[in-house]
Amino acid sequence: MWSSVLAVISRDLKLAFRQSGEWLNPLSFFVMVISLFPLAISATPAKLSAMAGGVVWIAALLSVLLSMDSLFRQDYDDGSLEQLLVSPAPLPLVVLAKVFAHWCQTGACLTLLSPIAALLLHLPADVAWALALTLLLGTPTLSLVSAIGAALTVSLKRGGVLIPLLTLPLHIPVLIFATAAVQAALNGLPIEGYLALLAAFLVLAVTLTPLAVAAALRLAVGG
Amino acid sequence: MLAVSNLCAVRDDRVLFEHLDFNLASGQIMQVVGANGTGKTTLLNGLMALAPFESGEIYWQGQNTQHNPSMFKQNVSFIGHLLGLKPLLTAVENLYFLSQLQQKSASVADIEAALKKVGLYGYEYVPIAHLSAGQKRRVALARLFIEQSPLWVLDEPFTAIDHAGVQALETWLIDHAQQGGMVLLTTHHVFNPDFPLQRLDLTSYRPQEYR
Amino acid sequence: MSFIKRWWQLFEQTVSPKYFYRISERFIPWLTLLATLLISIATVWGLAFAPADYLQGNSYRIIFIHVPAASLAMSAYFLLAICGVISLVWKVKTAEMVARAVAPIGALFCFLALVTGGIWGKPTWGTYWVWDARLTSMLVLLFLYMGVIALYNAYESSATGAKAAAILAVVGIVNLPIIKYSVVWWNTLHQGATFTLTQKPKMPTEMWLPLLLMLLGFYCLFGLLTILRTRNVILERERRSQWVRELVKAEAAKRGANRGL
Repeated sequence: MWSSVLAVISRDLKLAFRQSGEWLNPLSFFVMVISLFPLAISATPAKLSAMAGGVVWIAALLSVLLSMDSLFRQDYDDGSLEQLLVSPAPLPLVVLAKVFAHWCQTGACLTLLSPIAALLLHLPADVAWALALTLLLGTPTLSLVSAIGAALTVSLKRGGVLIPLLTLPLHIPVLIFATAAVQAALNGLPIEGYLALLAAFLVLAVTLTPLAVAAALRLAVGG
Repeated sequence: MLAVSNLCAVRDDRVLFEHLDFNLASGQIMQVVGANGTGKTTLLNGLMALAPFESGEIYWQGQNTQHNPSMFKQNVSFIGHLLGLKPLLTAVENLYFLSQLQQKSASVADIEAALKKVGLYGYEYVPIAHLSAGQKRRVALARLFIEQSPLWVLDEPFTAIDHAGVQALETWLIDHAQQGGMVLLTTHHVFNPDFPLQRLDLTSYRPQEYR
Repeated sequence: MSFIKRWWQLFEQTVSPKYFYRISERFIPWLTLLATLLISIATVWGLAFAPADYLQGNSYRIIFIHVPAASLAMSAYFLLAICGVISLVWKVKTAEMVARAVAPIGALFCFLALVTGGIWGKPTWGTYWVWDARLTSMLVLLFLYMGVIALYNAYESSATGAKAAAILAVVGIVNLPIIKYSVVWWNTLHQGATFTLTQKPKMPTEMWLPLLLMLLGFYCLFGLLTILRTRNVILERERRSQWVRELVKAEAAKRGANRGL
């Protein structure tokens, strides 16, 4: 069983290496969106650092949503999804494996890019560290919940555009607490409570979302 | 032994077939026939638990497959309409992954031998995207010799295969049956009259009217 | 074991779309009567006879529409999610159809609640919109509704779309308490309005009685609209079955006879 899970992760990561455009595009999008805010609103350091938490998190959310369509679509189109469903490996675990591999290409890279975002938005170093922690704990939840949207729309021709509409309300709790954590760090307050709550959301997502994703995938393949 | 009783399939609020019963014993090859839209692919998908049947039971070696799906799935090789191969991976990488998924870890030597058997010697380390449609189908069929499951469920396996390939595939089917395996396939391919085949006509299970 | 099977088959027949269609016919005139009666009485009472609020004057009267609409919006989503669970777990087709029917009605009531909330806000604290916990949660609920409706409409096959929307509705209802809690907590951080909609002093009988009547009237209206829409959904999805075709034929013959053809 675990060999199947590891096989799925290594295959997806291998495929990601061979088509680097797929995962580089959302990352470029992330940096570009962040750069738009100083241009559109204000470039004064005080204002930028005040809204930095929200800006980075909205950019991260949009990047994750942008990349989500590729989670299942290629597998659906070439029949690999069918094979995943037919295999004796338990589908929720396979789903977790795929989302983990996908997160390595999106959320993990976003977390690694967050120091650049902190630089662009004039965040002090300790707040940048807090930002990175919230991204580390929050982006997996974003990936898991968006995966539900990806699975529900994979059999639709232009399903990718629906994923944000379906899942944005579900991302609100993570968004609220992650940005509150950055705000607290900016004010010199402790952030452990917020991180604990984000971790709790993550645990809840890891436990429950694979079941919803598995049900949606069975529906997509079986009709 | 695969036994199916009282299967009913509903697709998009339309009853495709109902009260379907059949048995497939070892050594038998069964072809599912019917016009387009009669539910051939639905039947195969339903057997593999990809789509739920409205009613009915499926038994493998006497055990209900809905109660113990993994036991059934470990004994089946399913090649669907779409091949399930990733274009950017090589034939060996694809087959290795699929065997891992079936929880039958195959060695590279086994995979190369299977590819040689299907006539793809020399193409083992080429990304699938560079192969022709017929060659891709042969890679998919190579799985059958790696996994060595008793039951083969094949949806349109003769698609895109050239004349020599057709002969080879027919031979493989007969060999598998003679070794005690069983095959369930859908195809528009016309077999020779003396080919040892059973036919299952789905149109005879279509309901006359709704009640 | 077969005894249970027989009972289950009987139960399945009872909740079949055909049975729902036949039985619901009897409820329509009663619900229409009740809804019209209750809503008219409550409207007249609330608008004309209930006393003016000592703080807000006459502008508070919008709550006679706002509160029932908000309550219905929430209940409709619960109904949507419960029907979703029933259709996914027990594969009851009628539940799928009721869910499909309820979604736009619930969304409409949600929108109505938001609009009336805004109308209430203008004379009360000078702005049509404020980001307080209640209004924000209602907005998020509207987004959840829009997601479910978009999913229904995106699928060509009504059967698959209904199942997909059922999954989304169940996911939504599981998340709803978490979202609600997050929004309430967030609101405590960004305390904007000094006067919130949740702050309701004890209402005298002359005020909450018409409100109660209006609430009941709205629920009857909701029941009526749901039944009417569900009947349409049933006819559309079961259009290939025998009983629908006979029904349509009989209806066409009746219309033809009426026109003297």
